[in-house]
Amino acid sequence: MIKVANAQLWVHDQDEALEFYTRNLGWEVRSDVTVPELGNFRWLAVSPVGQEDFSVVLMAIPGPPVFEAETVEQVRNLMGKGAAGTVFLNTDDCRASYEELKGRGVEFIDAPEERPYGIDASFRDPSGNQIRMIQVAA
Amino acid sequence: MAFVPPARHLLRAKDLADSRYFERLDVDDLAAAAGLSRAHFSREFKLAFGDSPHAYLLTRRLERAAALLRNTDRSVADICLSVGLVSVGSFTTSFTRMFGKPPTAYRASYPPAALQARVPTCVLRAYGRPQHRTFREDNGAAAP
Repeated sequence: MIKVANAQLWVHDQDEALEFYTRNLGWEVRSDVTVPELGNFRWLAVSPVGQEDFSVVLMAIPGPPVFEAETVEQVRNLMGKGAAGTVFLNTDDCRASYEELKGRGVEFIDAPEERPYGIDASFRDPSGNQIRMIQVAA
Repeated sequence: MAFVPPARHLLRAKDLADSRYFERLDVDDLAAAAGLSRAHFSREFKLAFGDSPHAYLLTRRLERAAALLRNTDRSVADICLSVGLVSVGSFTTSFTRMFGKPPTAYRASYPPAALQARVPTCVLRAYGRPQHRTFREDNGAAAP
């Protein structure tokens, strides 16, 4: 049976991203291994407490020989413009989650707002990836 | 004034242990979060949740440490610090008591974490190619 296992996000700095996702968001590390012979490729996967069968892979933009300098620049530009990746989260209580995460130092772009589908809020990770947090209407 | 069940204060301390275990928290900090004296807090916490606050905090940390041992290649000392503990020696003692073997032996009883790296084939292929290639395409001369 095929299931989605990981979603990938580009990050500028994996250590910085790790700090944000664990300390600020409170997620857990699912995997963190580095392969020295592949330019120190680091597989770093995180997910919320209680969600062990799915994780977000925080991937560093590889340089040569994987990506040429021009490609690296293109990815960085997309990230800078906020056009890279978005992750959508569900929460039971958007307003409570908003208060909790603000207390942990997360800076929100959109405070919780009523939408047709529920209550929606959003913030960015240190690399500019957008994370939307939605409480689906009952 | 709304009635707040006493357990609500204990729950605040329990939540603190669950969410901030990686900080240098101790039972005094948990007692302060509950607004109780340390002795009173420990007694009430154990009655409400079945574990002493010390045991609750420690097991939260050790469970995370075990997961990091299985799923990462970080050193034992690094893992000890990242779960909010300071002394590697007492971490090792507590871990061994809880899991029946010391951290390195525990890690060795699982497949190596390195196997978890899902390296994309574009990365593998890029490193697999020889770096200095001369195909004599441009001007007939070999590249330096």
